[in-house]
Amino acid sequence: MGLTTIDWVIMAVYFAFVLGIGAALKRYMKTSADFFLAGRSIPAWVCGLAFISANLGAQEVIGMGASGAKYGILTSHFYWIGAIPAMVFVGIFMMPFYYGSRARSVPEYLRLRFDEKTRGLNAISFATMTIFSSGISMYAMAKLIQTLHFLDAPFRHFGIPQAWIFHTGIIVSALVVLTYIYLGGLTSAIYNEVLQFFLIVAGFIPLVWLGLKNVGGWSGLQAALGPSYMHSWVGLGSPHTNRLGVEWFGLTMGLGFVLSFGYWCTDFLVVQRAMAADSMASARRTPLIAAVPKMLFPLLVILPGLIAIALPRQPPPILNGPQGSAVAAPAGQGLIPVKLDATTGQPVLDNSGHPQLDYDLAVPNLLLHYFPTGILGLGLTALLASFMSGMAGNVTAFNTVWTHDIYEPYIRPNAGDAHYLMMGRLATIFGIALSIAGAYLATRFNNIMDMLQLVFAFVNAPLFATFLLGMFWKRATGHGAFMGLLSGTLAAAVHHALTIPAEAIPGVKGGWLSVLHTYPSEMAQNFWTAIFAWTTCFVVTILVSLVTTAPEESRLVGLVYSLTERPQEGNLGWYKRPGYLGAVILGATVLLNFIFR
Amino acid sequence: MGLDIRLPIGMIFTIFGIMLIVFGVFSNPALYAQSLGININLIWGLVLLAFGAVMLFLGARAMFGPRPADPQGREPRH
Repeated sequence: MGLTTIDWVIMAVYFAFVLGIGAALKRYMKTSADFFLAGRSIPAWVCGLAFISANLGAQEVIGMGASGAKYGILTSHFYWIGAIPAMVFVGIFMMPFYYGSRARSVPEYLRLRFDEKTRGLNAISFATMTIFSSGISMYAMAKLIQTLHFLDAPFRHFGIPQAWIFHTGIIVSALVVLTYIYLGGLTSAIYNEVLQFFLIVAGFIPLVWLGLKNVGGWSGLQAALGPSYMHSWVGLGSPHTNRLGVEWFGLTMGLGFVLSFGYWCTDFLVVQRAMAADSMASARRTPLIAAVPKMLFPLLVILPGLIAIALPRQPPPILNGPQGSAVAAPAGQGLIPVKLDATTGQPVLDNSGHPQLDYDLAVPNLLLHYFPTGILGLGLTALLASFMSGMAGNVTAFNTVWTHDIYEPYIRPNAGDAHYLMMGRLATIFGIALSIAGAYLATRFNNIMDMLQLVFAFVNAPLFATFLLGMFWKRATGHGAFMGLLSGTLAAAVHHALTIPAEAIPGVKGGWLSVLHTYPSEMAQNFWTAIFAWTTCFVVTILVSLVTTAPEESRLVGLVYSLTERPQEGNLGWYKRPGYLGAVILGATVLLNFIFR
Repeated sequence: MGLDIRLPIGMIFTIFGIMLIVFGVFSNPALYAQSLGININLIWGLVLLAFGAVMLFLGARAMFGPRPADPQGREPRH
């Protein structure tokens, strides 16, 4: 098994198109609005596909496959009670304010609705977060290229040390993303995200088809894995009767309400795609159009994980590996190998002494298992595409927030438009340079990434309460929002410091102050951290708002529900009206939940 | 924006489709033991080519064809 010329040509053609799209768009980038907002000229379906594709990074494609292998169909909750209802909500109820206020970013909306300090807090935490997310994406991609050994043979051929594979992965992906965003700004990122969306689908459908055929279809999967893998709702009555270790309330409130709405409704990374739409009606349809393929994505990204674990145990496929050095790794499960410690090469054991499985390899190994050369090139291109779209989404969100919400207000106000356009391009360069630094930081200190993600979770969890009150309660004040966000973040940190998942050691997993409560799983702890943070933010924002001066109503027109005219949509066909679309999508989601209960 | 995204998407899928079809026809059948005996390159190449052709057609019609009549009779956008 190995890559041949055709696989390399496919990858080369892909890179040529990605860069070519950037080059073709360069001449349209005349103002900062072209660069940061795609001139608000993108049709709804393009924005919609970019909306999900920006989120379709490594975490999604590799991570959802890994969760599928670990938790089974329960993983679908991230879609069917998580993402979809939140996407319908943002399209119908929130987009009128984001798009209608003419804010250029989510932090800028916070300035219009509340005040400068609330925007500053959100802008700085968001900008830091995007840098590290794109760094993590870059790191994961380079690591995967190394693990799959798919550059080993060419590197041997040209006499380049194997250690350079990791550096090459980082540098090449950084340069490609840099080039196409530098040239074509948000339009280029969006166009490439749409291309990447189709490539990911084209690479994964044949994988799922072959895999399902091999394990004997749905019933074969059921027979091989047993009921605990195959249900999304059965067993959710108690945290001890399902693989996630969460009960239905923590799941629906924590994941379904706080975390998913917090991400899909307030994260500028995705909202920016809708803001680029050519009209209010298109902006509102963007998340709704996105919800349709999103609803079906579990079949593409979760099923491969299930198939990988259901196959009979076998040595994982090795691509162009070092000759004659078949590593005698201890047996894993299905196609999923045992996790090996990066420094010692020994299996990683859990607290009870069992070797842990390296679930992240579920999808890549399945690809190598079924795809012969030719389509293998397509499959690897799909993986590369997913990593790059994840990175690019973060980079475009970063350069906009940096330029409009940090540089313009605090460093250099009132410069000309050409100056901010140039700053956006510069921000693309140093944003990517900082991501590279982040990626190397991750190689040096594994724990730093865990801790950063933890801090992000603390900062993000309360956000949705702020937006909900900001958009639907005209009495909410800037001081209230600011204090609410701070206390919500603090509540998340305190909750995390006082609780711990079962079988974990106090530290980065929680319990660093004292252990008052033990959760059955890390997932349960995460969900409840989010619930505490959201509730605290909600209550504190209301209390502080009531004792501070109410904002002038004239200032809030177009920013708050009760003071804003409903968007007119009488002349649109029913299939273009957000309300109808939303109802159809929610109905289909309920049906999916029922089918896979 | 002046570039209809369906054109580049149509082109890349057409190229990939043709590559996989040609490779699928001339490659050694033993290669497909891995994919359950199915010549996945040929089959999937045909699917990609069909998708690419549809995208090319839609993109070319939108970019070069006559503007479709606006059902609401609004001014065409410039």
